[in-house]
Amino acid sequence: MIGQGADGPVYRVSHMDKSSRVGLVLVALLIVVFVATPFWGDRQTMRLLCEVFSYIALASLWNLLAGYAGLVSVGQQAFVGLGGYALFLVGLWADRNPLLGVPVAGIVAVLAAIPIAFLLFRLRGPYFTIGSWVIAEVFQQVFLQVDAVGGGSGISLPAAIVRLIATGRDAREYLVYWIFLAMMVVIVALIVLLLRSRWGLALTAIRDNELAAVSNGIDVKLTRLVVFVVAAGGTAMVGAMIFLQKMTITPVSGFSMNNWTVNVIFMTVIGGIGRVEGPIIGAVIFFVLREMLADLGSVYLVLLGLTAIVVMLWAPKGIWGYLADRHGWQIFPLSRYFEIPGKEAARAPEMDRVP
Amino acid sequence: MQWVNAVMQGVLLGGLYALFAAGLSLIFGVMGLVNVAHGDLIVLFAYMAYFAAELLGIGPFASLLCVVPVAAVIGYVLQRGVLNRTLGADLPPLLVTFGLSVIIQNVLLIFCTADSRKLQSGTFELASWKVTEGLSVGLLPLTQFLCAVIMIAGVQALFYRTALGRAFRATSDDPSVAQLMGLETKHIFGLALALSLALAAVAGVFMGIRRSFDPSSGPLMLIFGFEAIIIGGMGSLWGTLAGGIVLGVAQTVGAQIDVAWPILAGHVAFLLVLLIRPQGLFPKVFR
Amino acid sequence: MALLEVSGLSAFYRDFQALRNVSMSIDAGQIVAVIGANGAGKSTLLNSIAGLIDVDRSCIRLDGESTGGLRPSSLVGRGISLVPEGRRLFPSLSVEENLLIGGHLGRRGPWNLERIFALFPALEERRHQRSTSLSGGQQQMVAIGRALMSNPRVLLCDELSLGLAPIIIKNLYAQLPAIVAEGVSIVVVEQDVVQAMMATSYVYCLHEGRVSLEGRCAALDRDNLKSAYFGV
Repeated sequence: MIGQGADGPVYRVSHMDKSSRVGLVLVALLIVVFVATPFWGDRQTMRLLCEVFSYIALASLWNLLAGYAGLVSVGQQAFVGLGGYALFLVGLWADRNPLLGVPVAGIVAVLAAIPIAFLLFRLRGPYFTIGSWVIAEVFQQVFLQVDAVGGGSGISLPAAIVRLIATGRDAREYLVYWIFLAMMVVIVALIVLLLRSRWGLALTAIRDNELAAVSNGIDVKLTRLVVFVVAAGGTAMVGAMIFLQKMTITPVSGFSMNNWTVNVIFMTVIGGIGRVEGPIIGAVIFFVLREMLADLGSVYLVLLGLTAIVVMLWAPKGIWGYLADRHGWQIFPLSRYFEIPGKEAARAPEMDRVP
Repeated sequence: MQWVNAVMQGVLLGGLYALFAAGLSLIFGVMGLVNVAHGDLIVLFAYMAYFAAELLGIGPFASLLCVVPVAAVIGYVLQRGVLNRTLGADLPPLLVTFGLSVIIQNVLLIFCTADSRKLQSGTFELASWKVTEGLSVGLLPLTQFLCAVIMIAGVQALFYRTALGRAFRATSDDPSVAQLMGLETKHIFGLALALSLALAAVAGVFMGIRRSFDPSSGPLMLIFGFEAIIIGGMGSLWGTLAGGIVLGVAQTVGAQIDVAWPILAGHVAFLLVLLIRPQGLFPKVFR
Repeated sequence: MALLEVSGLSAFYRDFQALRNVSMSIDAGQIVAVIGANGAGKSTLLNSIAGLIDVDRSCIRLDGESTGGLRPSSLVGRGISLVPEGRRLFPSLSVEENLLIGGHLGRRGPWNLERIFALFPALEERRHQRSTSLSGGQQQMVAIGRALMSNPRVLLCDELSLGLAPIIIKNLYAQLPAIVAEGVSIVVVEQDVVQAMMATSYVYCLHEGRVSLEGRCAALDRDNLKSAYFGV
């Protein structure tokens, strides 16, 4: 973006700085490493990484929704389960490669999200949050009651269908793994691009001061709707993959609040809400702790809850937020700088922060 | 006739739901905070009553005498120690109370296991009053309904006829200027949560007598309370009572249609109100 | 010894310095005016005395006791009461309830509901109305009455005339002597210089956070006042 002065270009807005150059190089290296995992890692490692990637994707989408658009939803599990069920039903009826169900899951979720948003947006702030919970409960109840989708026992994907993914067990494992990796990379990349664009600026403006944003011509409702619908679609596609891998889905597992909301929220809060790097750092911390503490179940959740509360009270920007502010780091080139030719770059005041 | 019975039961159930909602609504009115852990606190107090009953050998109604004061103290300490630090923005109170909700559920799970419990009130639970042929009203639900009405009237009286109520309303209107009157806002907010949790304790004991509960029962209580508030319209506890009644009736009538449907029927009623009349059935006009 | 003594007061909003080394004193039974243009720091001065802004402890002394930076709720207990700019009545409370909450702390003194209604008879017949449904002038009366209910020794009035018609303003100011007669000292912050000078005996003029001029109203030169007000 170049600004025009009377005698030609006067300033430029750029996003990159030293730390994001370093950061992006690291990210690129990591991606290379992860693409090569089938060659250096075993099946268990790949499965674990699939879990990490799926959570990074889910948490990044939740962060976009709550940290940027201000829509604190505790009902995203509705779309995870919806995505899973959509994929299974497509797989059963279409009798084709179930991977085709992933984009279908996205479309179904987008179509469902529009009327849901229509209802939910009538509620403000914290009431929106509980309303989203109700929606998720409704989904769960409906799927429990309807026998056509398996009722309480859910559905399993028959082995014949699973085999359509690819030939050979290894090929299937690798393909599913690479799709998880690709999904995470694409989702994070799209979020970064969105935030760099005018939409992203609009989101930040809305988050900082809604009234001012409206008076500057930003269509707040439309922006929020777009974010809600996009998040729903992405969440559903991730959900579809998650359940494809599990090969079976029930209303309880599909719409599990603990798995798809509690964990996601805690990861994002601890890592740093309102920054793209936050959910990623948070997910890594979550899994490292989980491996270290072995599966302590309830105790682990209590510890997570306490950590989230402590973070929210004393370091509300999360671990990454705190470090980034202190040292001026960023991994993804998202801040906006004025570059005046011949002068040192002047950094715009921190834009991606939670008020 | 069974439909009339169902409606009757729904109305009485509404009283319980209004109690779930009362504490929630009070807090939102005074400090704009929605306590996502409210349902889990209701369950926590039900457990307290259960253990009080076991240890002291008293009935659930008597356990109210110890649980309610403890709940009030917990509310005051929680507000002053934790929640007062979160006020000012939307996100922190939501996320902190969400964290609290998860903590309470899992702590209960660790110490009390997932087994469901119930508070026993003996033969009183089964007693009923035969109104006419084919129409009986359970004495327990009737008592709970009447108690709920009395408590709501009490809270309304507190808010509109006492100095403390004036303090609540003034602090909620304008905390800075309230300070100029000599009101300590931190203390007032503490008292508000104390009252809210006292109501939650009564709700918990009533709920525990009526049905079995386990550590994961909390969210549903929160949702019922919330639905009662939205259906009835925000800003008025009597509206919340009406909302609770509508919700209760929707559930019991739904159960008549199909035994597996009560909760879903309640959700549908809520969604319909949200769709057709989002401000609720009896919203308070001012502010 | 002065009843209220402000010495070398500096006050900040984040990085912005709103008051620089302001000194002022009010004796018992005195009415003092603080005038100045918008942004001169008048409200900041009152807010600092009332405890809404954190300042150095010894900069403000009430009856010899340092009270700077104390919380508003404890300052009301000591007898400092603020009528905030823009009235800021409680919308959920009726007229009478607004007055009653002013007396929340129950400080002893001559002011009670009857005395306030005697001072402002127009309020009595409206006592149960929602406070925000009254006219501007009547709301200002409620605001003053509410502050008086705490039986203060110093009454701080921030821009009483804001948004009011001249005759209403005149009527309001006409009540000030009755208030002083009950033993309350008053500090009046005003943009309306003429009105302020008519009602008070001593005036401080603020400009960009500093006291640019002070003196007995009768003794002040018109032109000096103008320069001090505008900073020229």
